[in-house]
Amino acid sequence: MTGKEKKAARRVLFVWLVFLAAVFVAPILVVLLNSFKGQFYITDEPFRLPTAETFVGLTNYAAGIAKTGFWQAFGYSLFITVCSVGVIVLFTAMTAWYITRVKSRPARIFYYLLVFSMIVPFQMVMFTMSKLANMLGLDNPAGIVFIYLGFGAGLSVFLFSGFVRAIPEEIEEAAMIDGCNPIQMFFLVVFPMLRPTAVTIAILNTMWIWNDYLLPYLVIGNKYKTIPIAVQYLQGGYGSRDMGALMALLVLSIVPIIVFYLTCQKHIIKGVAAGAVKG
Amino acid sequence: MQKTLRRYAAVFVLPTAVAFTVAFLIPFLMGIYLSFTEFTTVTNAKWVGFSNYLRVFRDSSDFTNAFWFTAKFTVVSVVLVNLFAFSLAMLLTRGIRGTNVFRTVFFMPNLIGGIVLGYIWQLIINGVLSWFMVDITFSASYGFWGLVILMNWQLTGYMMIIYIAAIQNIPSDLLEAAAIDGASPRQVLRNVILPMVMPAVTICTFLTLTNSFKLFDQNFALTGGAPGRETAMLALDIYNTFYGRVGYEGMGQSKAVLFFIMVAAIAYLQLRATRDREVENA
Repeated sequence: MTGKEKKAARRVLFVWLVFLAAVFVAPILVVLLNSFKGQFYITDEPFRLPTAETFVGLTNYAAGIAKTGFWQAFGYSLFITVCSVGVIVLFTAMTAWYITRVKSRPARIFYYLLVFSMIVPFQMVMFTMSKLANMLGLDNPAGIVFIYLGFGAGLSVFLFSGFVRAIPEEIEEAAMIDGCNPIQMFFLVVFPMLRPTAVTIAILNTMWIWNDYLLPYLVIGNKYKTIPIAVQYLQGGYGSRDMGALMALLVLSIVPIIVFYLTCQKHIIKGVAAGAVKG
Repeated sequence: MQKTLRRYAAVFVLPTAVAFTVAFLIPFLMGIYLSFTEFTTVTNAKWVGFSNYLRVFRDSSDFTNAFWFTAKFTVVSVVLVNLFAFSLAMLLTRGIRGTNVFRTVFFMPNLIGGIVLGYIWQLIINGVLSWFMVDITFSASYGFWGLVILMNWQLTGYMMIIYIAAIQNIPSDLLEAAAIDGASPRQVLRNVILPMVMPAVTICTFLTLTNSFKLFDQNFALTGGAPGRETAMLALDIYNTFYGRVGYEGMGQSKAVLFFIMVAAIAYLQLRATRDREVENA
């Protein structure tokens, strides 16, 4: 190929990629447009721009927020996600360090049980787990944090352990000679070295817990709504559904994710690639 | 150090161990036990042996239908998602202007939750189908292809990221040597790039495989199994068996055990495939 042809080929490729990117963004834009249209103009002609006649301003947003208690749902989602992720990162890092360094039989068995839990689909335990959570009084936003720790432990301990093994034990031995007890050692020496992995694990768990529907629905769904439960509630439930409110709520639930993505995009892409071991 | 650390087991292991036991271990063991019993709440179980398992196949064809629907869906999405993802990765490793922006855009749908994804695509697909005066619940094949489109939209960017990393890891002297030998782009792709990214192909294949096989939220929101139960995948069928009506909990639990065995079999295949590759490379 001559230089000119190469340049032309590149330009064609670029245009093609722009087209593909537009196709990828289009569904979200369609939802955004429809969130400003009257609820009866959505189902029939979703691809038409709002006109003077169909435009309703923020009516749908007001309706969607009022019907589902969106701000409350946002609060619950935020509380559950932040607390669970914090608890998971802290406790699974401690566990991973312990079971990697203490090479006892119970530690090894516990490790294999955790790895095993990664391959068990949620449907296998959903009924018994939600009943047990109910019996133990864990059916509230604080209780579900505890459940998420148990459920997220498999992947997180597995990933942390891989990195603990890469830390030379000499560093810890030196710290011990300097008089560190295990708790000081963990917080002052080990955890700082695990920080990149901790970021990865925090991101993977954030994406999972923020978007999770079935687990919170079964455990706390009849008393507390998270965002995915609020969206589903608007859809099902009663009589004819309000398409306008649904569109508004879809937009409201996508916005936090996009903000999160654009602020820590680099970490997210790296973390997701690192978490690819999850089956 | 091991000795001192051991005395701190309560601090380091106990919180995780208790949570794991309550959230996973006990429910898992109870789940296996209950699949052999009849029960409505977990406390009134009556042993019935294998009869729940027999009923799964004798009482109705729901589970078998769901299995075939899931299997077909999984095969189609694994092939399409990986084809698209690999092609995108090839396009985005040529140093074209704006590569990072494109990567960001293609990956974004992966972060949106399954329920929200389902309703986004319900709007789009029903909008297109309304030109033909039907909607997605009109025929099972609409639901099938709707799910395939959704899955491609969600997963292509994710797999693309893994393929990009693999392609960028190919040593440049290998590509240069191929160019000096006068290899055509097609030959380079077949004889250099593809063999070098095979580990990524294995990872991506199994990732799409398990993700498609275990799909629930998207299926629940997009079609809810309609028309009838024709587009219900395995996870949704289990959910419906548990919560759709009273008196089928035992059957639901035995379906769940069967589902677990299938997922475990896939995981076992994955483990073997990755191990074989490690041996090859060693």
